[in-house]
Amino acid sequence: MEVTLKKKTKSALSVAAIALFLVLVYLGDIMISPGSSWKMLITVIEKGSIYALVAASMNLLNGFTGLFSLGQAGFMLIGAYTYAIFTIPAASHDAVYQYFEGGVIKWSIVESLEGSLGVFGHYLGMLIPMLGAGLLVAVIAFLIGIPVLRLKSDYLAIATLGFAEILRAFFQWNTLGPVTNGSNVLRKYTTYGNAIFPVLISGICIAIILLLINSTYGRAFRAIRDDEIAAEAMGINLFKHKEISFVISSFFAGISGALLAMFQTTINATPFNTVMTYEILLIVVIGGIGSITGSVIGAFLFTAASEWWLRGLDAGKWLGISASFMRPGFRKVVFAVLIMLIVLFYSRGIMGDKEFSWDKFISGLKNLPANLKAWPSKRKAKAAARREARAANAAARSRAREAKASNEARKASGEALFTPLEVSDTVIVFDKEGK
Amino acid sequence: MLQTWLPYILAGIAVGGQYALIAIGYTMVYGILRLINFAHGDVFMWSGLIMVYLITVLPLWASVILVIIFAIVLGTTIEKVAYRPLRSAPRMSIMISAIGVSYLLQNFALYITGGLTKTYPEIGFLQKTVKIGSATTKMVTVITPVLTIVLVFLLVMLIKHTKIGMAMRAVSRDFETSSLMGIDINRVITVTFVIGCGLAAIGSVLYFSNYTGINPMSGAMPGLKAFVAAVFGGIGSVPGAVVGAFVIGICENLIKGAGWTTFSDAFTFVLLIVILMVKPTGLFGEKNIDKV
Repeated sequence: MEVTLKKKTKSALSVAAIALFLVLVYLGDIMISPGSSWKMLITVIEKGSIYALVAASMNLLNGFTGLFSLGQAGFMLIGAYTYAIFTIPAASHDAVYQYFEGGVIKWSIVESLEGSLGVFGHYLGMLIPMLGAGLLVAVIAFLIGIPVLRLKSDYLAIATLGFAEILRAFFQWNTLGPVTNGSNVLRKYTTYGNAIFPVLISGICIAIILLLINSTYGRAFRAIRDDEIAAEAMGINLFKHKEISFVISSFFAGISGALLAMFQTTINATPFNTVMTYEILLIVVIGGIGSITGSVIGAFLFTAASEWWLRGLDAGKWLGISASFMRPGFRKVVFAVLIMLIVLFYSRGIMGDKEFSWDKFISGLKNLPANLKAWPSKRKAKAAARREARAANAAARSRAREAKASNEARKASGEALFTPLEVSDTVIVFDKEGK
Repeated sequence: MLQTWLPYILAGIAVGGQYALIAIGYTMVYGILRLINFAHGDVFMWSGLIMVYLITVLPLWASVILVIIFAIVLGTTIEKVAYRPLRSAPRMSIMISAIGVSYLLQNFALYITGGLTKTYPEIGFLQKTVKIGSATTKMVTVITPVLTIVLVFLLVMLIKHTKIGMAMRAVSRDFETSSLMGIDINRVITVTFVIGCGLAAIGSVLYFSNYTGINPMSGAMPGLKAFVAAVFGGIGSVPGAVVGAFVIGICENLIKGAGWTTFSDAFTFVLLIVILMVKPTGLFGEKNIDKV
């Protein structure tokens, strides 16, 4: 049963689902008491939405434009620092920049807007540095992109990875201490109150990415991914489109960096290393390269697994099993093995390159009982097919063995295996025509 | 003038030799599989880590041999498990698989060490001080470049004059044709990994005896730098990788000597971008033309 809904119905369904989710997140954050184990769910939603945004931005580059870039952590770092530096309240500067005599920037955008505009000013004061963080990252990405985007796939990966490392060293540079606090942590900056804030912001950003992917630019990106030379022949300016994709992707990475800074409440440049980029890349792979829906699902699964479901592996007790080898760090090993299994045996990821659609969702729901009923017989059929294939394989192998043995025997008995073609002068005569 | 710079140049030559031993693994694997083996730096880190544990129960010579064997087994296993099944998959998948392996190795090291920095054992004769001109330095600084050059010479001989070396050159020139010509591709790739990982293990002994500690992230930076060295020298070329590694090692230490320690790592990547812009095939690389 295929279902096709009207466009209006679909939009209405999407709006309703998103609104319901936002209300649930908002209420959940208020209602669940801090001590409850369900508080973890809210943490997962906050962090998952932030990772969903950065994964979607990486997917725009890797999955849709075919640029294997590994600079995401570096761009998040700039975003996080930019946001934090401009929102530390004036009174806290001396405490935060204790080694740098209170730093050079002695005011906070949030405070100065709060003074004149109240609560509205407070949120505006958070949004402006966040947008500023995104724009700064975009400008830096634009500059980095000029040399880097001319490189071929593998070199691009290494060069972007290298730039991310340079950025990390730069932000920890002691000479910049009065601005970035050197290698010390930045803290006490303004953060959000309710989990709805990161969810809403990343939701809007992901929606913009989706709109971009479905626009003419998005189609040009995909053309470049599928075949650069063909795309160029069709009149697509390769460098311009790669640069657009790179800058936009970095802009959103910067925004998610700012959100991550708010989520963590303190930031330091050290964790924004290659491992972080690898994690984001693995989220994209788990979700499916070339599917924004997949990246979002992947991000939530990844954070839920690493922050919540597999926590017990570190503490020594998980699903009722307790063992001495389950000590801190074991969770990440199990996690990495799971990821390797996905990469090796399920490389299309959860969604492949497909997006979520209400049509498929509803027809899937409708067909579910029938599919469930048909499942055992389907599995039997598959198993039978596999058995048959194996038998055929074995037969072919034994035939080949026999042929080889008989050939060897004939060779041993001195029989010529090949009859050379007739040769006249230097021209080989093919026995096709004229005979 | 020379008095002040000599120690940095010597240290640079030593580090360059160690990078060279890692870079050979990158350049050979890339030459044959067209794959940046992101896990190579972690194999290097793991050989260092294993040395820390082995030296507590075994004498030095036995530990060094076992470390080399361990690195070879680890490298070939990675190739068999993570790269071979994806041989016909798109190149991005193999690269992602390599990143996954790197992530796994780092996390496993994190679990084993508990996130602590392990003290690398002191190897007596490598730590002895020697005087070169006006500079005093450790024995390892002298041994590294000599050993590197000897090993590279042997490797070049192997590649030039033996049957397996010829097979390697054929495979790196054209993967498919050489398999049609009856070369056992899998064997060639295994040998490549054996050589690369063995040299990385030797490099790890030399490299880490210069530093006091080793942690799960110690392999990442030397790995990236060695890769840049391989690109600088022309990827696929063994002498090129060695020259590139020495250039990077010396420049990096001169930058440190000038008081710009923060940017000594950054220099490597600037060099990468400059070389790729100016001469994308590297110093000794062969010209490669993409066909439609």
